[in-house]
Amino acid sequence: MKLLTHNMLTSHVKGVTKGYPLLIKATEVKVNEVEFNPQFVCRMIPKLEWSALVKAADDLGHRQDLPAELEPDYEKNEDLLKKVHRALLEVEVVEGSLQCPESGREFPISKGIPNMLLNEDEV
Amino acid sequence: MDPVNNVTPMRKSKEEKKVFRKQLKSSHTLLKHEGIRTAQQPTKSLVVANGGLGNGVSREELCAALNEMGEVETLLMPPHKPYAFVTYRSQESAQKAHFHLNGGKLMCGENGVTLYLSFIDSVSHEEESVFAPLPDGLLLVEDFVSAEEEVQLMAAIDWSSSNDEVIAQKALKHRRVKHFGFEFRYDNNNVDKDEPLPAGLPDVCLPLLERCIKDGYIDIMPDQLTVNQYQSGQGIPPHVDTHSAFEDTLLSLSLGARTVMEFRHPDGRVVPVVLPGRSLLVMKGESRYLWTHGITPRKFDMVPVCDLKSSTHSGHDLETNGSLTLSKRGTRTSFTFRKIRPEPCRCAFPSACDSQGPPAPLPPSPPALPSCPSDAARLEQEFVHQVYDAIAYHFSSTRHSPWPRVCHFLSTLTPGSVLVDVGCGNGKYLGVNPEITAVGCDRSSALVQICADRGFNAFVSDALSVPLRTASCDACISIAVIHHLSTQERRLAAVRELVRLLKPGGRALIYVWAFEQEHNKQKSKYLKDHNGKQNLIKNTSEGSQEPCEYPSKCSDGACTPTDYMPVTDGKLSVHTNRTAFNTQDLLVPWHLKEGKRQEEKVSEDTGKNKRKSNKASVNSCLSSSESPQSDSSPSVDCSLSRSGTNTSKTTHSLGSNPLSSDGNTHPSKLETSPAPVFHRFYHVFQQGELEQLCAQVSQVKVLRSYHDQGNWCVILLKEELH
Repeated sequence: MKLLTHNMLTSHVKGVTKGYPLLIKATEVKVNEVEFNPQFVCRMIPKLEWSALVKAADDLGHRQDLPAELEPDYEKNEDLLKKVHRALLEVEVVEGSLQCPESGREFPISKGIPNMLLNEDEV
Repeated sequence: MDPVNNVTPMRKSKEEKKVFRKQLKSSHTLLKHEGIRTAQQPTKSLVVANGGLGNGVSREELCAALNEMGEVETLLMPPHKPYAFVTYRSQESAQKAHFHLNGGKLMCGENGVTLYLSFIDSVSHEEESVFAPLPDGLLLVEDFVSAEEEVQLMAAIDWSSSNDEVIAQKALKHRRVKHFGFEFRYDNNNVDKDEPLPAGLPDVCLPLLERCIKDGYIDIMPDQLTVNQYQSGQGIPPHVDTHSAFEDTLLSLSLGARTVMEFRHPDGRVVPVVLPGRSLLVMKGESRYLWTHGITPRKFDMVPVCDLKSSTHSGHDLETNGSLTLSKRGTRTSFTFRKIRPEPCRCAFPSACDSQGPPAPLPPSPPALPSCPSDAARLEQEFVHQVYDAIAYHFSSTRHSPWPRVCHFLSTLTPGSVLVDVGCGNGKYLGVNPEITAVGCDRSSALVQICADRGFNAFVSDALSVPLRTASCDACISIAVIHHLSTQERRLAAVRELVRLLKPGGRALIYVWAFEQEHNKQKSKYLKDHNGKQNLIKNTSEGSQEPCEYPSKCSDGACTPTDYMPVTDGKLSVHTNRTAFNTQDLLVPWHLKEGKRQEEKVSEDTGKNKRKSNKASVNSCLSSSESPQSDSSPSVDCSLSRSGTNTSKTTHSLGSNPLSSDGNTHPSKLETSPAPVFHRFYHVFQQGELEQLCAQVSQVKVLRSYHDQGNWCVILLKEELH
């Protein structure tokens, strides 16, 4: 699971109102080199929940001093874009789980795949 | 060897020339694949591509055209092949034929075919024997009834009557049928032995049956009669009459038009048997218990020339001994007499015996449509989710070509858009547009694993509850997903969920399988592929779109699941693949391909986080035997569009079974070692239904709706909140 995916995922357990962001509990993390495309990263940034990305990267030890607040003219800061690129697209959680911040429900991540299925009584 | 050398250039427009070259090239590929070598120099012999029995060209029609060019020495028309070989007395005639007929059109009935002729050095094509010995226990008695008796028998069956309580009458998809004595039930392929019909066998049959006893064809008087009426083009899928239902000997009396019935042995042997009008077919022993029999739905039969001569005139005086031609079918009525079996069957063929072995590969009890939400979830769990996990690798191997109009939608998204594919399957749309961010989810962890292995972002979730932030997506696609939900409420909830994910201004594309597989008089590829494979040279179209599975394997009963009627207890019917739908809620069979099971196993062994109970049961039925279906791959359809190998691919599947009647299915092979059959639930949508569903969702409007190859499709726009 890349942090790009994590940035979009939310808990959907019945009754939960504040299910975002999910807490990452990783037991295995890997970094995969992906070709850097500054334009792609630039276009992604406005779609992100910035603080969730920074926290997730921090939790995995890959924050690389990403700022807590996104600077206004990030498009021109290639160094920043590279760091975002790494956090978003290169860091992957292979094994571990995602935890709902409100209910505590854990969703397993196995072989890089989060399993977000709910039980019948959780829907 | 360039085929163009062999062709007289015609006065054609640029476009025509292009088509011409294309067709010629494919015919050349076919010939090459069939091992037929064309000659550089003119000879006395020609191969006539497209002029074969397999293309619907009859010997008479081709003969007439060839004879105009000179004296024909031999005309060889191999069975099921889309070409023929002609040898003229002189090379001049052959050259004349080549000059005049190459690229020309031959009218066959209402259809025209374009012939392509090439010189060949010699006609060495091995002629297959059409006179295979009859199956053991099979006896054909010609002229068993007189013409007068035939008239009386036909008159005794009143197809217009509605006295359904006395006899049982049904209009099945492929034929009309009436039952006397006992009703044969197509839902369980058996008879209610304790519930005889009020009307016994018609009196007119009794003298015939007494004659059968006297002549030693049967020992006991039959007490059940099924009358089938087949119009030209209709048939009955291959089947073995249920052992437990009927005693050994079956009598089948043919009235009206001649037809060809195919007998198939589990070892792959196929014996076509010509059934003339007024003949009696006696099936005993092996031919009754082990061989399947069926009639391929078609309008022409391939029959030996001598068989045709016996009843019609024949104008030409060619050497035709052992040759085949086409015989146009008319209406045939069959009377099948059977004796109800009171005790379980104890035959010597347990592999085909329902009394001694497992029943037919239908779901033991087809489920009913759900009546409450938890029933619906359970139905989908068993008949959708578990099936996709079990067939994931095979399924994925048949799903490599993205549908063009879905790709077009994806290509219209602005760079940087966030797309979610809900029900992404093997992820074939996730990489279509590299400028966007695509995330997929699917209910099947096995399919999501395939996505992950391909480097796509994907997670496991249900389409009714997608764990993504509200209004986080610029676009959503839902391709062939919502039709798997078993109630209207759930289908509506799935659309709502898609719309929830969209940002205002975002668009969603939804595809569902259509009840109407014919639109604007065009059959969908799903239907067309059923018949298309024989027409090799013309058929270079791309792969089919919705499920490209095996044609349905027939059950061991007297009929296939096609003949399931919507029965009163609301059980779902089982669809026959590549046929039109007759209900909206149904089960669609998936025949697992053996070769794919190994991969399944590998993934099993390495996989984690799986639902063990389900998968274990799948593994238990995996055998390591040689695949009976390997040469009739369902992915043939799909792979057509991938490269230039289309002709040879299809040729292979055709050539592999030269004597099978239709060249596209191998039902007998399927009998050999039954592959696991899985059934998926579908609700196929009627025209307008998808739009109506979407209209119930607020804050969204239907931008477009259309029909695409047997699917109903909509593009939705999420509107700004006011």
